[in-house]
Amino acid sequence: MIEVIGLNKTFGNKHVLQGIDFTINKGMCNLVIGQSGSGKSVFLKSVVGLHPVDQGQILYDGRDLTKLKHNQLKALRKEIGMVFQGGALFNSSTVEENIKYPMDVFTKWSKKEKQDRIDFCLDRVNIQNSNHLYPSEISGGMQKRVAIARAIALNPKYLFFDEPNSGLDPVTAIVIDDLIQEITKEFNITTMVITHDMNSVMEIGENIMFVYQGNKWWEGNKSMIFKTDNTELNNFVFASDLFKAIKTQVS
Amino acid sequence: MKLLFHIGQFGILMKRVFSKPDNHKVLFRNMLKEMDKLGLGSISIIMIITFFMGAVVAIQTALNLESPFVPDKIVGFTTRDSIILEFSSTVTAVILAGIIGSNISSEIGNMRISEQLDAMEIMGVNSAGSIILPKILALFIMMPFLVIIAMVVGISGGFFATLSVDSVSVQNYIEGLQWDFMPYKVFYSLIKSNVFAIIITSVSSYHGFFVKGGALEVGKASTRGVIYSIILILMANLFITYLMLT
Repeated sequence: MIEVIGLNKTFGNKHVLQGIDFTINKGMCNLVIGQSGSGKSVFLKSVVGLHPVDQGQILYDGRDLTKLKHNQLKALRKEIGMVFQGGALFNSSTVEENIKYPMDVFTKWSKKEKQDRIDFCLDRVNIQNSNHLYPSEISGGMQKRVAIARAIALNPKYLFFDEPNSGLDPVTAIVIDDLIQEITKEFNITTMVITHDMNSVMEIGENIMFVYQGNKWWEGNKSMIFKTDNTELNNFVFASDLFKAIKTQVS
Repeated sequence: MKLLFHIGQFGILMKRVFSKPDNHKVLFRNMLKEMDKLGLGSISIIMIITFFMGAVVAIQTALNLESPFVPDKIVGFTTRDSIILEFSSTVTAVILAGIIGSNISSEIGNMRISEQLDAMEIMGVNSAGSIILPKILALFIMMPFLVIIAMVVGISGGFFATLSVDSVSVQNYIEGLQWDFMPYKVFYSLIKSNVFAIIITSVSSYHGFFVKGGALEVGKASTRGVIYSIILILMANLFITYLMLT
């Protein structure tokens, strides 16, 4: 479990995150939603320690990330897996080398053990016969799946996704959503997903935080979204005619 | 103020670069790859450039110092010293700053904007150490070899040039090459090459590592990396020359 308490972050005069509290539960898909520029990506990068925070606590099972020493932070990061918006695969390495990289750096596994783990991870994300292809030679959806395979290579306790469905067609997006949910349940991982894709919200949103202008505006789950009278959330979630129609039908 | 900021940021980056590697085996493997890419990949261009430079120096010396008061072997002597003291190390370094420096800046800059460096940090990998250190070590090791090759090829270029110039005989050129030879000058040139190798790799890496924005900024960073590398090479050249030759 990750507890975020009173998180504040400013860039110059801009107060991007204004005292956000959020609990990221274990074995559950925790979603952070919000409009572009609302601060959700900054929130994610602060939680994983890529942005230093100005104020607040980020407790990884009781360990405060903001107070960890260099070596402790390094140790914690080995428990974290992250899938970036663009995949962030090493583009001069093959699919297999990408997944092997964290194993090479942090484990003393034999060649066979590494190969077994690579095969397991690729199999888990349903990728076959692409081990020796470069990221530029595979589709966007496959790149995301390889990024997930790399993120789970060392059995992380915490998994983060930054807009995993951006740039994907609806069918592939559902595949990725299902994969996120399956992996979270199967390995009992603490997962956090940043998204503004409403399909993802309806598909995997078990614990959702809506960020609005740097504040936590609403918290709940996907079924509660239909009943809320929060104006900003309704404006955001039910912006499209399709979702307006769904809401009308549900109500 | 901006200069101080950059010096400070460069210092912090170098501290990260030279901190204990995450995995020595991976570092060694990456270093070998970089030695191949940065070192062996530059041999052909260095051979071509220094061959023609040696030839031009020999011809110009022969034409400009044609006098009954100047011994004919001066051509070999001048070509040898010019190549060993400056052309093999400084000019080669300036050329490599252009070729390798821009390559390093754009490679690291692209890794920055595509979040590959962030991905490494999230894994707990010291991105600066694992990307920049192998490059610095690789060029540090390879540069003296490149300079020795440049010396041999440059002097050979002068030799072939003398074949086309009537005023200097091959015999005189070879005599000039051996005249008053000081091995210390080779040592001085090799030391310079090591310093230049560190400048090229670290300065170019610095400009790539802190890129913000997109492809356009990567291009700008690459240009900045080359410019600052060349300026620092020329400054270091002056400093080392004062230190070792005066």
